Amino acid sequence: MTPGLLTAVTFLPAAGGLVLAFVPRRRQTLLRGGALTVALATFVLSVPLYLAFDGASADHQFVEHLPWIPTLGVGYHLGLDGISLLLVLLTTFITPLALGSAWRAIDDRVKEFVVTMLVLETGMVGVFVSLDLFLFYVFWEAMLIPMYVIIGVWGGAERIYAAVKFVLYTMAGSLLMLVAILVLYFQHGAATGTYTFDVPTLARWVVPPGPTQNLMFAAFALAFAIKVPLFPFHTWLPDAHVEAPTAGSVILAAVLLKMGTYGFLRFCLPFFPDASLTFGPLMFALAVVGIVYGAWVSTVQPDLKKLVAYSSVSHLGFVVLGIFTLNVQGMTGGLIQMVNHGLSTGALFLLVGMIYERRHTRRIADFGGLWQVMPALSAVFLVAALSSLGLPGLNGFVGEFLVLVGAFQVNRLLAAVATTGIIFAAVYLLWMYQRVFFGEVQHEDNRRLPDLDRREWALLAPVVVLIVWIGVYPLTFTGPTEASLKALIAQVESKTGGTRAAASR
Amino acid sequence: MTPIAAPPIALGTVLPTLIVLGTAVLVLLADLLPPRDRKAHLGLLALAGLIGAQLATLAVWGGRGPGFRGMIVLDNYALFFHLVVTYAAALAVLMSLDYLRRAGADSAEYYALVLFATSGMLLLASANDLIVVFLAVELMSLSLYVLAGVFKRRRDAGEASMKYFLLGVFASAFLLYGIALLYGAAGSTNFDRVAATPRTPLVLIGLGLLLVGFGFKISSVPFHMWAPDVYQGAPTSVTAFIATGSKAAVFAALIRLVVAGLRTVQADATPVFWALAALTMTVGNVVAIAQSNLKRMLAYSSVAHVGYMLVGVVAGGPSGAGAVLFYLLAYTFTTAGTFGVIALCERAGEEAVNVRDYAGLGRRHPVLALALSLFLLSLIGIPPLAGFVGKVYLFGAAVRAGFVWLAVIAVLNSALAAYYYLRVIVQMYMREPEGATAAPTPSFAGVLGLTIALVGIVLLGVVPAPFADLAAAAVAPLLR
Repeated sequence: MTPGLLTAVTFLPAAGGLVLAFVPRRRQTLLRGGALTVALATFVLSVPLYLAFDGASADHQFVEHLPWIPTLGVGYHLGLDGISLLLVLLTTFITPLALGSAWRAIDDRVKEFVVTMLVLETGMVGVFVSLDLFLFYVFWEAMLIPMYVIIGVWGGAERIYAAVKFVLYTMAGSLLMLVAILVLYFQHGAATGTYTFDVPTLARWVVPPGPTQNLMFAAFALAFAIKVPLFPFHTWLPDAHVEAPTAGSVILAAVLLKMGTYGFLRFCLPFFPDASLTFGPLMFALAVVGIVYGAWVSTVQPDLKKLVAYSSVSHLGFVVLGIFTLNVQGMTGGLIQMVNHGLSTGALFLLVGMIYERRHTRRIADFGGLWQVMPALSAVFLVAALSSLGLPGLNGFVGEFLVLVGAFQVNRLLAAVATTGIIFAAVYLLWMYQRVFFGEVQHEDNRRLPDLDRREWALLAPVVVLIVWIGVYPLTFTGPTEASLKALIAQVESKTGGTRAAASR
Repeated sequence: MTPIAAPPIALGTVLPTLIVLGTAVLVLLADLLPPRDRKAHLGLLALAGLIGAQLATLAVWGGRGPGFRGMIVLDNYALFFHLVVTYAAALAVLMSLDYLRRAGADSAEYYALVLFATSGMLLLASANDLIVVFLAVELMSLSLYVLAGVFKRRRDAGEASMKYFLLGVFASAFLLYGIALLYGAAGSTNFDRVAATPRTPLVLIGLGLLLVGFGFKISSVPFHMWAPDVYQGAPTSVTAFIATGSKAAVFAALIRLVVAGLRTVQADATPVFWALAALTMTVGNVVAIAQSNLKRMLAYSSVAHVGYMLVGVVAGGPSGAGAVLFYLLAYTFTTAGTFGVIALCERAGEEAVNVRDYAGLGRRHPVLALALSLFLLSLIGIPPLAGFVGKVYLFGAAVRAGFVWLAVIAVLNSALAAYYYLRVIVQMYMREPEGATAAPTPSFAGVLGLTIALVGIVLLGVVPAPFADLAAAAVAPLLR
């Protein structure tokens, strides 16, 4: 294992951003190219994480552990297991694409934009690799501000409202989580004599079941539910997505939403297993409501971007559903579905952004017959849409199938309702696709639109490859996660005394 | 006739205070020498005095012992506050140098008064006797009353000074009355003797009155009414000094008296402080949202921050007191920096105090805008800046002491506060300026002051351990 590799992957973007901050602002091409280079280098640097990862082991790998605030028991503790591995790779993979999507779209304050994006990447990677609650919280909160700036500065007409709403919603949730973190810290300290924020240490400790554990679970879960966003905490998401620039929407959908679901896996389940079982049915129900509700609302959206945004509520519902099945199939499905959603929704946002750059409108009614004008873009859009609705052979099917297999073992009725979500997804995606791409060209403005250029191909091709790859051979990606998920389930079972089967049915 | 025995005078225990006082006198004397029309060198002289006091503080660090028959104590606790107060004063002087010249209010008296106020604050930090507390509070307050009205030609300056003076004197009367009652109960004004007095109604009433006086000086609800007017009317450099130095000094005395001394009445004091803390942060934040004037907004926000610090007082014990000290340090750097940027953005004659005046600052002066953003983010409590770690310590102390609901109220308040701080950032980066406004031209001294404050908030945020250890070492002598 390479020492320092995780630190390098985490902080390379921010370091690159710092260097770029000294480039004169009129050298726009240098700034864009520099940022893209840094992001690509980060991706290249993160590939060895996958290659050297021992999938058979559930342990944290590439661990770095240094004291940071010793009097408080805060350490600089980084590590990677099967749960975080894919998410780190997703982050380093998506960021260059987001930067590339902004190559032409952002021509105002380019320097600030690229620096903000790179700082954001450091925050996102940091969240996934932190094995210290304090460090995790630092990354978790620090990442809010770059996203706020990206929406607020480079967003659409209502950007300020959306940006402030985004920050206030997420902050209110995460501050309550901070209190719960402190309660956990002091409870653990009082019980064991060791005051520490170290995640593995805390995870080994059994929090006494009862109201306190339930409250702590609720505080953590609220923070994560807002981030996911789980119904009914989702109202910030359509605003943020629609107002954000394409690059912001891509990052938001592909990575930021995953932090909520990741938090459930990393913290809620191992720290508060009894409460997770108690609240499990509620989370299950909320997830299913989100799946159906998100799909219904998507159906009636007149705006392409809003449609994709609401579809995220639906898709993330599947992820939460999978996580709270607490069985290997469901959780593996949830985890791979995080990646799938990042890829397919990321691709959809990229494509909507490309259409918007050409036509400066996102109203579905303004289009029609685009296939005749832009066959390549239409074809890629079709792949992304089909992947999003879960067509077998593409990535979405694998995840949703596994989630539903897991869900049926827990609650047949809710699982059946969730399945309708897939049907509705087919309805809104295909109906939208038909209105935008098929038929005759309705508007004269649409007749001369250019098809994908080389830059756009370069952005979309890797995503399409992965969409097919995961669909055809998911084991590449699910393989390394299995050991960690099994260990997690075993941990929950041992802490709750194997009552899972009885309680969750 | 028995000869009057001269009490042993241990000048070493008040060395930093003496240096500052001496410098104040020197500044006034130097004003008599030419050149008579330029005053900046007097400011530099004042700065030198403050740096000298800081070095003296560091030199006697770790030393301890009473002086002046136990009226003054020299311990790390006092020295910690000496550092905070002299930092606050030095930053205020740094940002005054250019600001006063532009405003046409440059004078030797200004710097001398800053130093007099500073010496009052230093004395307050090491006071171990109620009489000394009163003298120090008055020395500090009288200087600040005058400083608040130093912009004679501005209408709101007179109002600020007058309001500060009248209400301040009122508060001093409460303080004095409380001291009298405590003296009646304890037969002494010495902290140690007062602390050893059994809990009687007289003691409780005396303490209640004392608390009113202290509450006024730190602007806790419901004694905060003066703060917005004074913050708005006073010169921005003075506002910064009032917001940081005077609060730190009064907190020093408050904690020494309440957290450490009065263990017999702890059970009575805790619910009072609980309510004060909850009210202070909530009222401060809620009212701050409605402000369009930046200085008024920061006044209410500083009320809210006092509320957060009172959370630490409620928590008590070494972790609570240490957390307040750390937070005060963080708050001093952050607030001084915030007002420093405002002072730099003000131009001669006109003030840039409306939130709208900051529209487009991100384009006009990116560095200044970035600095202000960082200070505001630290006030919100966004990691990895000083304000975040300060809040973790404070709320952590509250959770540890079992006041989880108070911590919840505090974090909800923090989320509320984010709204109005973010509004300023929105103006700077997301709105275009109305009409043509020139970019501010920061002076060297101003930039230096801001840099120190910026380095401070980043250091405290990224490597808090040494500073937390410092705070812990400072409260240690208090609690033995």
